[in-house]
Amino acid sequence: MIRIRRRTAARTPAGVAGAEPGPGFEITFDGSPVHALPGQSVAAVLWAASVLSWRTTRVNGEPRGAFCGIGSCFDCLVTVNGLPGRRACLLPARPGDVVTTQEGDGHAGLLH
Amino acid sequence: MPVSSTEAHDSADAPPFTELAVVGAGPAGLAAAVTAADGGLQVILLDAADAPGGQYYRAPAPGLGATRPEALHHGWARFAGLRDRLDRHRGVGRIRHLAGHQVWAVERTGADWTLHAVTGPDGGGSAALRARRLLIATGSHERQLPFPGWTLPGVVGAAGAQAMLKSGLVLPGRRIVVAGSGPLLQAVAVSLARAGAQVPVLVEAGGYGAYGRAPLVLAADPGRLREAARHGAALVRNRVRVLTHHAVTAVHGTDRVEGVTVSRLDREWRPLPGTGRRIDCDTLAVGHGLVPLLDLAVGLGCATRCGADGVAALVLDEDLRTTVPRVWAAGETGGIGGVQLALTEGELAALTVIDEARGGARGRGARRVIALRRARRRMRAFAELMGAAHRPGPGWIEWAAEDTEVCRCEEVTAGAIRTAVDELGAGDSRTVKLLTRAGMGWCQGRVCGFAVRELAGCAAEAGAPDRRPLACPVPLSTLARAVRHEDG
Repeated sequence: MIRIRRRTAARTPAGVAGAEPGPGFEITFDGSPVHALPGQSVAAVLWAASVLSWRTTRVNGEPRGAFCGIGSCFDCLVTVNGLPGRRACLLPARPGDVVTTQEGDGHAGLLH
Repeated sequence: MPVSSTEAHDSADAPPFTELAVVGAGPAGLAAAVTAADGGLQVILLDAADAPGGQYYRAPAPGLGATRPEALHHGWARFAGLRDRLDRHRGVGRIRHLAGHQVWAVERTGADWTLHAVTGPDGGGSAALRARRLLIATGSHERQLPFPGWTLPGVVGAAGAQAMLKSGLVLPGRRIVVAGSGPLLQAVAVSLARAGAQVPVLVEAGGYGAYGRAPLVLAADPGRLREAARHGAALVRNRVRVLTHHAVTAVHGTDRVEGVTVSRLDREWRPLPGTGRRIDCDTLAVGHGLVPLLDLAVGLGCATRCGADGVAALVLDEDLRTTVPRVWAAGETGGIGGVQLALTEGELAALTVIDEARGGARGRGARRVIALRRARRRMRAFAELMGAAHRPGPGWIEWAAEDTEVCRCEEVTAGAIRTAVDELGAGDSRTVKLLTRAGMGWCQGRVCGFAVRELAGCAAEAGAPDRRPLACPVPLSTLARAVRHEDG
């Protein structure tokens, strides 16, 4: 018997998993609105919006984003609602979150 | 429900007590917890994640409403069965599942162990509990080797891409090269392709020839042969080309990945001059196998050994006892071996815990124990073969240029590490760390530890365990409370 494989033109992770998410919401990244789905981490929301970097390094100011995806590498640190050093891959996004690029150690604001 | 709130901790109340604490709710920890509860033990299962499953059975967040989570996984039915048993035991109070609890240290308190955990998404809460016996099933994280461009946005861990796909239903790009070494790469390439990414090539630095040279080990583990065949067919179906004895030796792009250079390797993993070819892509998913997470076990004094893959794993007897009394371990902590081995070891460890709790009497599980031991032996033999086949060859250090960052946190280059060794006389990775800050950053050497040791060229250190008194970041206020409690 030949089994016919159903395949849609554009496969997506959500399509493969048959996702029927609850109502979406918005967060902002560096001032621009970004659409989020309930349960997604801040890193997942940014990846879905094709944003791969949200931090610049302390020494050379190089861009970085999520790397290990499970909370052990700390490359995905980001400033959320004014608090720096949050791990974007572990932190669930919440409606209205204000996410901004974290520069250096993220504590520059404390100097003022 | 927290077992012991901060307030309770400050009061004179002793922390809650349990007969068995299982740390980690991945395949090994889940199998252990439900088996122990089946045998009548009171169990507390602690896990950093919000839902059981660990990294292997990581499921989409509930809010994403995935109606077919099994489409992202293999062996989902086995997990669903374990999860149902967990739910039943939770319902009757035989297992307390403490989700969102990351254990940062375990200390000896008389005849018991005291476990300290941070709680909540920001790690601001804390909990403590006492357990007569401890079972460590903390799993592993990915091993990385540095090469030019690997810090560019668009380069992600292969296991990291898989984890983000499973939990958040997202991809890091549209055209993804998968590279590194080890059988995990095949599963990652297939997952990414099924989820809609184009995966032009899987670049494997080792080869699969070593498996063919050990036919007896292979024949003893037919499940692995079936798995390899399934992956091979899926790679062909998804048009993923497989290149063995090759590595990505450079990443191109200014703000993000635009392409990679793939070079052929000699037997020692040295790139062969003139063999570099550019492949266009927007993402590189890279990883060189897995490293056991041993912080809690090493902190307790459990002995380790160097596996065939070149990294430290716990010394365990055939009943999964560590070298420290009343401490067991299962799954990847005893050496990287995959999900079937983790499930087998979790069950076997729990059966021996039950026996010991009953005063050494071998109960009704005796025949099951014999079968599990046999299964474990053949799967461990396969794991050693796998580790040897994909262990980084010494020539990989030639991939790292002088200005290639090795420690991503502290931005320490391969050149700085070589200077510390060649000119400043560092003879071990600890001295390299003190001279360069390699491994002193946020991740505490979890990403760069293996690479720094190999670049430092200290053979005696190969496979030595890292030592980290705290297994995860702990707020100073939590540490201060723990000390006050001790003084009180």
